[in-house]
Amino acid sequence: MTQAVQEAPVTAPKRRISVGGVAPFLALALICVLGAAANPRFVSFDNIVNVLARSTFIATIAVGQTLVITAGGLDLSVGAMAAFVAGLQILFLNSGWIDNTTILIVTSMALSLGVGALCGLFNGLTTTLGKIEPFIVTLGTMGIFRSLLTWLAQGGSITIKDSGVRAAYRQVYFGDLFGVPYPVLVTIGVAVIGAFILYATPYGRHVRAVGSNEDVARYSGINVARVRTITYVLQGLCVAIAVVVYVPRLSSASAATGLGWELVAITAVVVGGTRLKGGVGRVWGTVAGALILEVIGNIMLLSNLVSEYLIGAVQGAIIVIAMLAQRGLARNR
Amino acid sequence: MSDGEASARVGAPAAGAVLEAVGLSRSFGPIEVLSDVSISVRAGEVHAIIGENGAGKSTLMKILSGYLAPTRGALLLDGARIELKGPVDAERRGIVLVHQEIMLAPDLSITENMFLGRELRRGLTVDDREMNRQAHEAMRVFGVEAAVSAPVRQLSIAQRQLAQIARALAVPHRIAIFDEPTASLTPVETTALLKLIEELKAKSVAVIYISHRLDEVKSVADVVTVLRDGKRVATRPASELQPLDMARLMVGRDLLALYPPRPQSPTGEPALEVAHFVAAGFVEDASFAVRPGEILGFAGLVGAGRTELFEALFGLRKGGGEIRLNGAAQQWRDARAGMRAGAVYLTEDRKSKGLLLEETIATNLTLAALHKFQRGPLVDRAKENRALDDAIQRFDIRVGDRNLLAGQLSGGNQQKLLLAKMMQLNPRVVVIDEPTRGIDIGAKQQIYRFIAALSAEGRSVIVISSEMAELIGICHRIIVMRNGRIAGEVAGEALNEHAIVVLAAGVAEGGEGARA
Repeated sequence: MTQAVQEAPVTAPKRRISVGGVAPFLALALICVLGAAANPRFVSFDNIVNVLARSTFIATIAVGQTLVITAGGLDLSVGAMAAFVAGLQILFLNSGWIDNTTILIVTSMALSLGVGALCGLFNGLTTTLGKIEPFIVTLGTMGIFRSLLTWLAQGGSITIKDSGVRAAYRQVYFGDLFGVPYPVLVTIGVAVIGAFILYATPYGRHVRAVGSNEDVARYSGINVARVRTITYVLQGLCVAIAVVVYVPRLSSASAATGLGWELVAITAVVVGGTRLKGGVGRVWGTVAGALILEVIGNIMLLSNLVSEYLIGAVQGAIIVIAMLAQRGLARNR
Repeated sequence: MSDGEASARVGAPAAGAVLEAVGLSRSFGPIEVLSDVSISVRAGEVHAIIGENGAGKSTLMKILSGYLAPTRGALLLDGARIELKGPVDAERRGIVLVHQEIMLAPDLSITENMFLGRELRRGLTVDDREMNRQAHEAMRVFGVEAAVSAPVRQLSIAQRQLAQIARALAVPHRIAIFDEPTASLTPVETTALLKLIEELKAKSVAVIYISHRLDEVKSVADVVTVLRDGKRVATRPASELQPLDMARLMVGRDLLALYPPRPQSPTGEPALEVAHFVAAGFVEDASFAVRPGEILGFAGLVGAGRTELFEALFGLRKGGGEIRLNGAAQQWRDARAGMRAGAVYLTEDRKSKGLLLEETIATNLTLAALHKFQRGPLVDRAKENRALDDAIQRFDIRVGDRNLLAGQLSGGNQQKLLLAKMMQLNPRVVVIDEPTRGIDIGAKQQIYRFIAALSAEGRSVIVISSEMAELIGICHRIIVMRNGRIAGEVAGEALNEHAIVVLAAGVAEGGEGARA
């Protein structure tokens, strides 16, 4: 043939690093460079530690959300659940049932984890056994959890009364190991475990299978309801872990605690490259996503380019940009 | 390649050619999947394209219908060079493609799907009555009396396929391309479709027809083009070719017998006994048994309830009845329960129920038996890799790259992978639904051999198929279903096509006026 059309340069389709998996980290790096250029204070040790510590709450919850979304679910109740769990924990701390402060705090933590897991179990069983869309179920439990807290607090807030307990518990949030705050270590631990579950265990593979194609999973003999329910329980545990670390910082819980956090957590998951429809989960991407959201807020506070009141708008824009980028990457494959 | 020289045709357009492809090539990355293929299609002529999976048929079709641009080469419509900007552009020029994969919105009705994007209007609103009338008419041509206002979700795969064909042909067209239209149809619907194609021919439509069923090609085509490894190896009048010649050209070597020697007839006590089994809304009172080492076929028309029976048996849909495995009473609430007991079901719908198309081959291979690949809390990747090596070898899964995703495999290799996946469980009873749907003849031959091997190992194999020839070719015994009931059984000397059709269509033995 003489009329040969110019052939596009071909690249060997060798196994290459997935662009979608790296994108959130590249974006994070880029934003950090921009932040450093905008204000040198951004790269100061104190500021970095501050950003990391502030992002841990969302990151911890979002790791659980990554599992839920990967299995094809969604949990809108996490913010309200956090408030509810925090309220119960503080009530227990105030109850004075245990005299020894350390034992009291440790027991309250265990209680929180139990409550979180039960809340997750309730979400999970209602969606799977009740065969109701997770969006609806968790929208319902979101209202229930928040309302229960408001009721417990009688419309006000629940505060740790005993100053001794408060002082002892403070260490959990404000303490550090070799300069790294405990909350950051906890989040790293949660992410490591989350990644281990999702990538290395048979259960994690079942999670991906269920989210990728429920029918295939069912025909392969996988108990779809059980796999999904467990993701909600793990999500509940993640919320409880975040609360346990976060309570000393707040020292109180009110109807406003955790308001809107479910959306920030879902944003972190999606920005991190997890597919909202399920089947593809990226735990470390989620952590990067949570950092991106926090870093941008931080940069906006430090620089005077954009009003800090527009943080929500910028975060909203990030979701859209992240989705467009994902779409673009998918098309270029 | 005596008559395959592309250059012979270039510059000398065949008389009356509507659509001509000249020296088409297409590469994906470094791999050229189609190289220098030229064909010309005339009005009122059925031009069949045959070849093994991976021979480049689908790529050629996608280029002809505007879904893909060729890397080299040209398309001529009525002798004038055209560049198709996409499928819509192709449709505008009168080229329609009937897809192999079903592309209908499951929650919309047949009518809504058929007129999607081209709704008829009456004033400001859609003209439902007229659209329903036309849709009903189009489906009636195929002998489908389904309610056209019912959601597509409720239709069987065959009915969906027919709805899709009707949808494609509702667009005004001069050239109709059929990509494996009969892959999920039973003989009755196939006959209706072939009749429809004759009508298209009479209306001077140029038809391009792709199929793995060579008998069908022989009966419907005027011209046959054979592709192998992305190249055209022959274009000949269909009258000069027998199905066996076609197969020989496709594989480029002489085929041994298509069916393996039948393993010895089994005599033992039944491995699986099913009694009075019901699949809610589909099957009533089904009873049968299969012995170790036996290959038992299930024949019947589409909608006879074969798939539904076994899906209910394995707890994949609602139903119930007595199940005994090696004499022990069973109740399988889900597929896992059957697997634990030693029985597996391989779905007919491997793309949407059998394999995770976006996951790797290894992940798919071990998905149903992941507990066997566990080391502590971890998935044992090394063991998984060894299993993949074994499976690739035993089932001849042809993969250039082990990291390919299941969705990137050809149909035949996907089917082999699905078989390998379920064999990880080492089952005693294997139910295979449509084992060779949409796969090429070479892979078919291999699948038959695997089935015979399973039987020789003493496993019970149940094969559900709409291809009577293959059931007759490999089974010891065939059960025929009709309208959700077991209509009868044929075995031994009586194992022939006529006996099955009589039972499947519900005609009294020796009765007159049988439905063709």
